[in-house]
This record gives sequence, structure tokens and C-alpha cells, in this order.
Amino acid sequence: MIPLVDYLLLSAVLFAIGVYGLVTKKNAMRLVFSVELMINAANINFVAFNRYLFQDALGETIVLFSIALAAAEAAVILAIVVVAYRIHDDVNVSELKNLEG
Amino acid sequence: MVDLSDITFYVMIVVVIGGAVAALESKEIIYGAIGLAFSFLGVAALFFLLDAPFVAVFQITVYIGAVAVLILFTVMLVREGRWMHDSPGRTGKLAGVLTAAALALSLILAFLASKQLNSSEQSLPNGFNLVYIGQLISGPEAPILEVLALVLAASILGAVMLAKVDREDKP
Repeated sequence: MIPLVDYLLLSAVLFAIGVYGLVTKKNAMRLVFSVELMINAANINFVAFNRYLFQDALGETIVLFSIALAAAEAAVILAIVVVAYRIHDDVNVSELKNLEG
Repeated sequence: MVDLSDITFYVMIVVVIGGAVAALESKEIIYGAIGLAFSFLGVAALFFLLDAPFVAVFQITVYIGAVAVLILFTVMLVREGRWMHDSPGRTGKLAGVLTAAALALSLILAFLASKQLNSSEQSLPNGFNLVYIGQLISGPEAPILEVLALVLAASILGAVMLAKVDREDKP
């Protein structure tokens, strides 16, 4: 039987990898990857807490909602990336400064 | 005395972390997208290990079936030779590693120091709880489901409107 802490440690490492990608990468697609990794880390935490500390299935229900929200968010972000590529011929986020004051 | 589920857990740790690192550090970004899909698959296996088969299958359907394929298509649409070298420089990379390491270290120390998380009297017997999920979704959490349906519809409409190609110059 794997203890709860192992799942939490794994999700902490996964979240830190996502933060590393968000800080260092300039490519918009890599930023999307990082955000998805961080969402997955949070979902692991929800299901692990639900499995080990509670009897009902509220955590799993929240994860279902979270997965659906992440799918909607990915669709919008990828549409924005496609539009930015069509306008700028590039997806480097330090080149996209149309909204900069 | 090594259980089969323990072996599966440690193999899936390798798959999840390795897929995540490959997603961020691969040379070709399309290999990164495939690594991300492997990471999603490892997380789904973790959900199976956590006695949440419905969530695991939902994860496979939505993440690997929809999100990973969508990301692959977008990568193919916007791929170009010159955007591979997005190296942040040594200072930026050091800052990223330091930030991530500090965050991971503080989280891990907090988890290891917590008394309740490390107590041995956890692991409740938690059977097949698909019925609970159904009761929750159709009962107390039904408003969230309705709002989520609206959000999904709005985001898909917005994505289609954003990515639509204007053809005004053609008859």
C-alpha cells in the first residue's frame, strides 16, 4: 500500500516542473505544456486526498469538472496561438507585444 | 515483499516525470507534445491506482483523446525551423531552476513535516464509488455542471471565432 505522502511528493515535483517551464520558456506552446502539467499535478492531489482522507467522491467530482475546464482552456489558448502565428509568423511570447503600453 | 501496485506506482512516476521533462526540454517541439501525452497517460494510471477508474477513463478520453491531439495539430500548424532555439540564456535558466527548486523543496518539507499526512491510520476502504459521483453530479453539484456546460460552449464558440479565417476578399 503506497502512503499518501508519495502521491503528494510526486505532484509537488510535477508542479515544480511546470513552474520551471513557465519561468524559462519563451515558446507559447511550451507555456501551454507547463500549464497542463500544473493542472495535472493539482488533479493528482485532489484524487489522492479523496482516496485517503474522505469517504465520499467529492474530490473525484471536482477533478471531473477540472478536466473539462482544462479542455476548454486549452481550446481557447490554442486558438489564440494560431491567430498570433497568423499575424506575427512567430509564437515567441517576447515578440508578441501588441497590447504593451 | 513488493506488491504489484507498488511496482506500477514507481514505473508510473518515471513515466509522468520523464514525460514532463521531455515535454519541456526536447529539441523538436512535436516530440515534446508526445512526451506530454505520455505524462497524461501516467497520470491516468495513477488515477487507476487510486481506485478512481471513472476519473482515469475520463482523463484518457479528454486529455489524450482531445487535448493532446489538439496540441499536436496546433504544433504541426505553427511549426517552423527557427523557433526551436528559444534558449533563455544562463541567467534565465538559473532563475527558473532556483524558483522551481525552492517551490518543490518547501512543498516537500511541508508534506514530510505534517503529522496527519504521515499517520498510518489512513487508507479508508473506498469501494467503487461511481454511484456517489452520479448522485453528486445530479444532486448538490448540478449547478456547477450547468455553468460548466455554458463555459464549454462559450469557449468553443470563442475559439472558433478567433481561429476563423476571413475570406472577405473572395466572392
